[in-house]
Amino acid sequence: MSTARSAPPINIRGIAKRFGSVPVLSGLDLDVASGEFLTLLGPSGSGKTTLLMILAGFVRANAGSIDIGGEEVITKPPHKRNIGMVFQNYALFPHMNVFHNIAFPLKQRRTSAAETAERVEKVLDLVQLQGLADRRVDQLSGGQRQRVALARAIVFEPRIVLMDEPLSALDKGLREHMQIELRSLHRRLGMTTVYVTHDQREAITMSDRIAVMNKGRIEQLDRPETLYARPRTRFVAGFIGESNFIPVESRDGSVWYAGKKVHTASPSPSSGRHWLVVRPERVRLAADAGLGANANMLHATVRDIVYQGDSFICYANLADGQQIALRDYCRSDVLARLPVAGQPVQLRVDAEDAILVADET
Amino acid sequence: MSARPAEFVSHGLNADALRADARRESLGLLGLCSPGLVLVGIIIVLPIGWLFWLSLFDENGQLSGANYARFVEQASYIRTFITTFEVAFLVTGLCVLIGYPLAYMLSQLPRRAASVCLIFVVLPFWTSVLVRTYAWLVILQRKGLVNTWLIDLGLISQPLPLAHNFAGVIIGMTHIMLPFLVLPLYASMKTIDADYLCAAMNLGAPPTAAFWQVFFPLSLPGLAAGVVIVFILCLGFFVTPALMGGGKVVMWAMRMEQTTGLYSNWGAGSALGVVLLAVTLGLLGLFRWLLGARATSVWGAR
Amino acid sequence: MNDDIGLPISHWRRLWLYCVGALVLSFLIVPSLIIVPMSFSGSTLLRFPPESWSLRWYEAYFQSVEWRDATIVSLKAAVLTTVFATPIGTAAAYALNSGALRLAGFINVVLTASLIIPVILIGIGTFFLYARLGLNNTLTGLVLAHTVQAVPLVVLTVLSGFRSYDMNQERVARSLGAGRFSAFWQVTMPQIRFSIVSGALFAFITSFDEVVVSLFISGGETTTLTRRMFSALRDQIDPTIAAISTCLIVLSIVLLSAAQLFGRRR
Repeated sequence: MSTARSAPPINIRGIAKRFGSVPVLSGLDLDVASGEFLTLLGPSGSGKTTLLMILAGFVRANAGSIDIGGEEVITKPPHKRNIGMVFQNYALFPHMNVFHNIAFPLKQRRTSAAETAERVEKVLDLVQLQGLADRRVDQLSGGQRQRVALARAIVFEPRIVLMDEPLSALDKGLREHMQIELRSLHRRLGMTTVYVTHDQREAITMSDRIAVMNKGRIEQLDRPETLYARPRTRFVAGFIGESNFIPVESRDGSVWYAGKKVHTASPSPSSGRHWLVVRPERVRLAADAGLGANANMLHATVRDIVYQGDSFICYANLADGQQIALRDYCRSDVLARLPVAGQPVQLRVDAEDAILVADET
Repeated sequence: MSARPAEFVSHGLNADALRADARRESLGLLGLCSPGLVLVGIIIVLPIGWLFWLSLFDENGQLSGANYARFVEQASYIRTFITTFEVAFLVTGLCVLIGYPLAYMLSQLPRRAASVCLIFVVLPFWTSVLVRTYAWLVILQRKGLVNTWLIDLGLISQPLPLAHNFAGVIIGMTHIMLPFLVLPLYASMKTIDADYLCAAMNLGAPPTAAFWQVFFPLSLPGLAAGVVIVFILCLGFFVTPALMGGGKVVMWAMRMEQTTGLYSNWGAGSALGVVLLAVTLGLLGLFRWLLGARATSVWGAR
Repeated sequence: MNDDIGLPISHWRRLWLYCVGALVLSFLIVPSLIIVPMSFSGSTLLRFPPESWSLRWYEAYFQSVEWRDATIVSLKAAVLTTVFATPIGTAAAYALNSGALRLAGFINVVLTASLIIPVILIGIGTFFLYARLGLNNTLTGLVLAHTVQAVPLVVLTVLSGFRSYDMNQERVARSLGAGRFSAFWQVTMPQIRFSIVSGALFAFITSFDEVVVSLFISGGETTTLTRRMFSALRDQIDPTIAAISTCLIVLSIVLLSAAQLFGRRR
């Protein structure tokens, strides 16, 4: 398959969409690089699926521009966009067998019978469904259906592939397996891919970049590592991974919590209330290691310890009652010094793990 | 990534092209509906509008309310209305009385048994009204089956007057209307989860109390839908009263036929039609307002 | 719901309910069924069971030019009504289902208006209109009036078919390169065709059994079977009608079974 060389970038500008008088997307911009695997991640109602439907041409935006490789497609009907699409429920045609499902896009393009057969064969190989061409769709397992839907979406070598939560109907084990398979398929074919999911783990596993969407806007667009390590808003920090949120105040170029100066790696913010975001696995029991130069020390009282097999979570209260969680692996040295409920402890948060986000409320 | 001011939306990028595109699609879809709409416009809306116009003029072509005033002035019209409503109330009541237990039984039967029994409800629905009315005439008339049997058994010496009178109309119409009540009622009863009743009984309610306090209230919307449909259909019903009333039971629709056909009084006939339509729509509107419901849902069941 | 898990109440205690239900069911079905043996009666007297058997009433039906002509008119009207109402209703249902149609609610009400409006009013109205257009006593007029009454049933049946159909399939077909009509034809149509066939059967039976409007607008050469039956019933109970009724009941059973069969395969 030769998609890789021709995969175009997608430039989205000023997409606005209202349903009735309710704005779903309000002036959204997004650039998807050539051959990139980009995920739209967000809770239901964040507008991610609407954006995907607009890209595919099933929902008409009120305004905006979609430029695919230098060509404006916003007013083009779906069948002229040359976009492969995989739906959440696969939408396989039940009245056709596997072969005819996959051959459907080739038939629309009046491909010769010989070439159709050859290409279907090839794509069946690619998705590891050799020998299933004559099966009826209802004789396939969930994972097989998923592969057929994928094969059908790529057999005509589309420039773009869109996927709307394609794995959400699979059970956990199969889902994780398919994530890796989809990812390696993308690496081999290199088509520009826009993927929609509400599962942050899935997004982090698969994506080159993730656009976190909330209330019809993109809150942050970054590589998964950056998104996790440097969330820019409280929403992003809360949606991706677990976080402690500690209310802090900024004045005179410094950040203060409970009368103490807080060391953070974030650039000094404007005056006012902010949130300090700390990932539970970045909080340490102070006895673990010596005091770093730029570390914050917090006095806390242990409330509860929850054992989770490979790790444990320690819930503690800071002096003013603020709750904070700490996660660590169950290594023998850690377990040996595990505090008990009611015990006062010192918690350490390094400056580079203390992220400052604006108070949006 | 950035939120833009609200006014951006109304004249943003390609907004005009997209609006034109939307209009094109909507027009195309309207085009798909247009044969049906044109047909309804010509065959239903136009003539009824015309009749409404006619009803506003008296015999001399003067604009007047005479055609409507007649309804409250002439005893024969008042009698027609009274008869119509009497029949409609009686038939609706009888349908509820015998239709509710039937729908309840159907909803409680295992699925296979229920679908077999349902055929007995749907088949009459699909059988011509004329055939069913004829059947009742055969059974109920002077020399009909019932009278023949009773005389043969020596129970009576003179045939009972069962057809060609008020009783005949009521029996015939109840038979025809019953499926219209049972089908929506059954459909709504099917959606009542048996767990509710189990829960009620588990909480100590005896079966009767569980029925009256849990099942019955939940079945009311379906019952109301059926009642409204039956009542409305009764008001405008023609075939059965015309054939089984023996000329003695004059209902609204028959009156319309006589006024326009026999006396060629289009103004009066039209006025009757207009009032009938108004009452029908009024009842439907009232029902929709009370229940916020799907008044036409029964037709989907057929 | 699982059928085996019923209420904690025995069938025995519900015997009265089953008795009432059975009575009501027989009230619904017995009158029509009683017609069937009577149509094979050998005498003019209406007796059940008939004292002698014969096919004379069927002979009377099939040998009467009037009855035969009326049957042919009704069949013609029903076939033409089906031919027109099915595509019109299906197209409208597609548009109503698309979600992109403006005023869809209003259009739905207009298209299904003939179910709500008293039939007698439609009868008088069409008669009045046709008198000016010269359409009374014509097949064209009959088919037009019947089509208006059949379209709502097709619309509702096909709409209910759409409800159990996943519109994403048509979407995916379009994204795979099929135009809108092509996607409908190749993907949607094959999957809702049973609803469309059911709708067509409804259209047929609606037209064939229609009485009231036909009373007003059919006559002479184009007298429908129902109109002739109505007049015959007004005058005298003739066992010929039992034979005709039996034929109609058989027709109903055949159409209903066909609709059920198609409905199940959907």
